[in-house]
Amino acid sequence: MTVHEFKPDLAPPTSARGVVGWLKYNLFNGPVNSIFTLLLIYLVIPPLLSAFQWIFIDADFIGDSRDACTSDGACWVFISSRFEQLIYGFYPSEERWRVNIVFVSFALIIAGLIWPKTPQKTKLAIFSLVIYPIIVFYLLIGDSFGLAKVDTHQWGGLMLTLTLAVVGIVAALPFGILLALGRRSDMPIIRSFSTIYIEFWRAVPLITVLFMASVMLPLFVGSEVDFDKLMRALIGIIMFQSAYMAEVIRGGLQAIPKGQYEAGEALGLNYWQSTGLIILPQALKITIPSIVNTFIALFKDTSLVLIIGLFDLLAIGQSALADPAWLGFSTEMYVFVAFVFWVFCFGMSRYSVYLENKLHTGH
Amino acid sequence: MSSLPPGSNSGLSLRKLWFDPNVRSLVFQLIAVLAVVGFFYYIINNALFNLEQRGITTGFAFLDNSAGFGIIQSLIEYDESYSFGRTFFVGLLNTILISALGVFFATILGFIVGVARLSDNWLVAKIATFYIEIFRNIPLLLQIFFWYFAVLRTLPSPKQSLQIGEAAFLNVRGLYLPKTILEAGSGIVVFAFFACLIATVFIFFWSKRRQMLTGKQFPTFLFNAALMITVPGIVFLLAGSPVHLEYPELKGFNFKGGLTVIPELAALLIALTVYTASFIAEIVRSGIVAVNKGQSEASISLGLSKTQTLKLVVIPQAMRVIIPPLTSQYLNLTKNSSLATAIGYPDLVSVFMGTTLNQTGQAIEVIAMTMGVYLTISISTSIVMNIYNRKMSLVER
Repeated sequence: MTVHEFKPDLAPPTSARGVVGWLKYNLFNGPVNSIFTLLLIYLVIPPLLSAFQWIFIDADFIGDSRDACTSDGACWVFISSRFEQLIYGFYPSEERWRVNIVFVSFALIIAGLIWPKTPQKTKLAIFSLVIYPIIVFYLLIGDSFGLAKVDTHQWGGLMLTLTLAVVGIVAALPFGILLALGRRSDMPIIRSFSTIYIEFWRAVPLITVLFMASVMLPLFVGSEVDFDKLMRALIGIIMFQSAYMAEVIRGGLQAIPKGQYEAGEALGLNYWQSTGLIILPQALKITIPSIVNTFIALFKDTSLVLIIGLFDLLAIGQSALADPAWLGFSTEMYVFVAFVFWVFCFGMSRYSVYLENKLHTGH
Repeated sequence: MSSLPPGSNSGLSLRKLWFDPNVRSLVFQLIAVLAVVGFFYYIINNALFNLEQRGITTGFAFLDNSAGFGIIQSLIEYDESYSFGRTFFVGLLNTILISALGVFFATILGFIVGVARLSDNWLVAKIATFYIEIFRNIPLLLQIFFWYFAVLRTLPSPKQSLQIGEAAFLNVRGLYLPKTILEAGSGIVVFAFFACLIATVFIFFWSKRRQMLTGKQFPTFLFNAALMITVPGIVFLLAGSPVHLEYPELKGFNFKGGLTVIPELAALLIALTVYTASFIAEIVRSGIVAVNKGQSEASISLGLSKTQTLKLVVIPQAMRVIIPPLTSQYLNLTKNSSLATAIGYPDLVSVFMGTTLNQTGQAIEVIAMTMGVYLTISISTSIVMNIYNRKMSLVER
């Protein structure tokens, strides 16, 4: 009895596999593409190589004054000499452990929220949105529980950037939800108020809002209320951001099928019950990727506060450039600050893409 | 009706009123109106009191006062003796200039990068992705600072300018280009140009109607392009070339004559273009991807060529997806141009909300006028977009 056996397949021709095949299919398939490839190699590779050399190979990393920068490359000594200021601003150095605690606990909470298998995630989310900000507030400001007071004008650097962005987005969330519900309400007056609010703030640039907050806000409140600069900037950012947040959440609300509302009514729930228990949990879940995207936009936009005189990461970097001892290293500073912003924004955008893909499989 | 229990139709019971949806919504709306009115009453009252205490006058009379400060770039005639009202228009025109230039260049760059990201050439696609991911994730303000302080501020002084022939010079004070000077008789060339422009519009509609009626195609684009080039060209030559170029010249420490692009404008334009183009590229990419593959396959099996498929089937459908987010990017660019104030480009925010506000102290009027401009731009754009969307949805099945 003979068993018929297939002969093994022939390997593809050598020109179609391995490195050669890959090159042929991806870079040199056709004369036009070949020309493009060669042209780009000629145009792009040399600048990239010299940038790499400038950043890593020719650069100076060790030292404490500009005399250490003797080579042609980047002078990272400038960054390391300013590093603490770039992170903490003018926060007193003996109190910086408080900021460090906030950084670490914040990172842990974010990690817990991102990791898919965290137990009691909803409770963690509520804790981080409601209770955690209060703890952080008292920890950073001090003046109670035996902690020394640190005025907000001493805040700065990455710490201030994160504060503005995180407070802006967290405080805008409830306002955004209310405005989004208002814009979809059946009551004409509520609807038009919400629409006017949202469209007004979305139409004007953030910089005019910040100007308004810093110049006009003191005129609008009685003299008994005194806002410091940070508070004014935050009020401006929150008013501005809640309009964007409202539009994002409205998008989520629109995606909820009508049957869900009807089911809520059929169960005898009133408006707030069905909104809070049925509609919002679903709508918020599908809007998380868009909320992350608005957060990225806000995170980048917080750099505008330098115009009204707050010292965020970019402003600290910019002011360091004016130091006569370190003139001529502006590129290093911009590259460093850009890198920090980029790491945060790129990481968040990857996360939002990941979430979107995860949500897609469910529907 | 007789089965109703007694008393149930006494419509005035308080409990029933409270559960009547109409009454409830009326009460809620009344509360909302009262809250908003109260809020505005509170802030207006405070503002009037505070203004009076600080001795700041109110009203728009300050617009007629002499401004007394210079502006480095103005599209209309301006010097220190003009009024504050004039500074508003100088700033507004500069904002419109930077926005129009930014929209133009960002669209071109964005479409190139967006299409490149879908290229089957691996290197082209990767470089486009790299570009998008880098520039989208860095704050615009930082990019403006980089171009202004790290690049343009390090250019050579006027004496050591980088130059292209004797026509264009680049130095730390800006980019100097030849300027076209219109002489007598140039009016007829301009007239010929606009006449041709109107003619092309007529030809476009005529050829479209003829194609609808008879199916015959007319090479509209080629014909119009030829028309636009030849007719004004011939008129130009016949009129004896009434236009000449004025070249910039180094006189003393600086260049005189010609057209000057100030470094503030250049830095802002480069940053806005590069930043916005990375967003436009993503919009273009998603628009093209959104067109079903079956569409182009169907069109090819109908016998249309690859160019025709792209022109008649893919692009029209992709544009429908692309245009609404593209418009909002244009609006974003216009709003972002207000960052000019950080490097001193004299746009509306920098001139009017910056210098004029500081000189007059009339914060409320100045900020209201500035915000009014952005509101007008934004609302008129969204009205146009709503009309466009309605038209596009009519085309749909």
